[in-house]
Amino acid sequence: MNAIGKFLRTFDMQGSIVFLGFVAIFLFFAIVLYDDGFLTTRNLSNIVLQTAPTTVMAVGLVFVLSAGEIDLSFGSITAVSAIVAAFALREHSAVAGACAGIGAGLAIGAINGTLVAYLKLPSFLVTLATLGLFAGVARSITNLQSIPVLNDFFVGFFGSGAISGIPSLVIWTVVAVAVGHLVFRETRFGAHVVATGDDAQASLVSGIRVKRIRFLVLTICGGCAGLAGLLYAGRLQAAKYTLGESDLMTVIAAVIVGGTALFGGRGSVVGACVGSLLMGMLNNGLILMGLPVSDQMIVRGLIILVAVAISLRQTER
Amino acid sequence: MRNEAEKAGQPVLSLQRIHKTFGGLVAVEDVGLDLYAGEIVALVGDNGAGKSTLLKIISGVHKPTSGKIYLDGKEIGLQDAATARLQGIEVVYQDLALADQQPVYMNMFLGRELLRSPLGLLDRRKMNEETRLLVEELDLRIPSTKSKVRDLSGGQRQGIAIARATRWARKLVLLDEPTAALGVAETKRVESIIKSLKERALAILLISHSLDQVFRLSDRICVLRRGAQIGIRDTRETDKNEIVSMITGLG
Ligand SMILES: Nc1ncnc2c1ncn2[C@@H]1O[C@H](COP(=O)(O)OP(=O)(O)O)[C@@H](O)[C@H]1O
Ligand SMILES: [Mg+2]
Repeated sequence: MNAIGKFLRTFDMQGSIVFLGFVAIFLFFAIVLYDDGFLTTRNLSNIVLQTAPTTVMAVGLVFVLSAGEIDLSFGSITAVSAIVAAFALREHSAVAGACAGIGAGLAIGAINGTLVAYLKLPSFLVTLATLGLFAGVARSITNLQSIPVLNDFFVGFFGSGAISGIPSLVIWTVVAVAVGHLVFRETRFGAHVVATGDDAQASLVSGIRVKRIRFLVLTICGGCAGLAGLLYAGRLQAAKYTLGESDLMTVIAAVIVGGTALFGGRGSVVGACVGSLLMGMLNNGLILMGLPVSDQMIVRGLIILVAVAISLRQTER
Repeated sequence: MRNEAEKAGQPVLSLQRIHKTFGGLVAVEDVGLDLYAGEIVALVGDNGAGKSTLLKIISGVHKPTSGKIYLDGKEIGLQDAATARLQGIEVVYQDLALADQQPVYMNMFLGRELLRSPLGLLDRRKMNEETRLLVEELDLRIPSTKSKVRDLSGGQRQGIAIARATRWARKLVLLDEPTAALGVAETKRVESIIKSLKERALAILLISHSLDQVFRLSDRICVLRRGAQIGIRDTRETDKNEIVSMITGLG
């Protein structure tokens, strides 16, 4: 293991452990679960469709972690955004519903961002609080009921639809990852995000507006969680307070396994995308293996632990 | 040197009655100093004398509690480090202001990344190329401009920090103990880089604990003690004994 890690580091292939892990787990399931239909087109495309929301959330989280902050609240943001969109869709158009949902996500993200960047509160505590707060909001505005989404255009555009054969969920995933990657890797803003997470003091004296960066990464993460909410609402044709609730561990694991530094200074959007697919594949494989839910949770937890440990060992020094 | 410079015109930087307190603590008290283009002024004093604080005031990191700063005769209110840099002031900090996990070329352009049209995306190739040329010119001897800063030695890192100041400074370079962490050979190289800055007609303020170095490099020496300005001497008209007694207040 050490030798492989060293080899990868030498060639600056920090993200590639996730690709190796992906291939290894894929091959394992392909062989073991061949008779259970793991390799069928239907099952594989299901994996991709099911991971769309978590991949979009992961893109936002890459920015936050790279900037040296954390967001624990994105699951609650996803739920609130989906619910707000569902309410808006009762009376208004699909466009209005989508704008309301994304807007809710951005607004909550901006609240996180303001508290962290301008009031200088630690992001861990702020987002832990807003995680609970907006989980409560999601429950109270829906009375614990599921809100149906009946707008056909919305459902097609964000959920079950397709453009020339490509499912819209796949298109959203590709768009989010492509735009995220471009902004993260090729713009001045992206460079300032990693610099801030690397050394905030050095960034500050180098003229980087560190507070603004912190505000923006949390707002972006809120926006991504909002989009994830729309994808859930579109796919399930309903919005409920439970949406996104169980994604916290999955998304953080996906991002870390994908080569983003837990304490800032380095990140990879493409890696996070592969990490997210890996998590989805893991879920799917464990279900096909017929493990009871409790065992699934235990095995998944253990595998995530190992994967994260390997990634951190390999990329941190 | 000083007289020639004075005849040549106004100082690049003029500090007048600069005062800085942190809570109850007086870190800098009533300091006045003129800096001319093409001269090196050394700032000396014991630990805690207020040298770094004064430098951070000039570079816009700290706001002076009172006092005035003139650049080329114009009073400037430095709100932050970014404004100071826009005015052509560059700093090499004691606690290196480099982002460790980023490559050398990104550090060279930290906060001032080069962009390429039409989309305004990062021009990594150009930043890398410019960095390579500068590294060659200053003979920095690093493995690669794409190396991460954390993989470099102390001397190499200090070289990067000074190279960055060289790349961007138009008027004034502030150096806070630039050779404190370096070995003999590395110190020599950094000193020759500092001398070359002088030839570029920049004004240079150098904080150093090594009086040998101060006497090798500087044209004038400004002594601080517990925040107060004890005096300014022409390097050629003073000696170590005098400076030491000014620093310690003994003798
Ligand atoms: N940010 C700060 N907050 C409070 N006190 C400070 C701060 N920076 C420096 N000081 C104090 O100001 C005094 C001068 O410090 P400094 O300028 O770092 O001295 P020097 O660089 O000459 O060793 C010291 O007593 C130091 O403890
Ligand atoms: Mg100091």
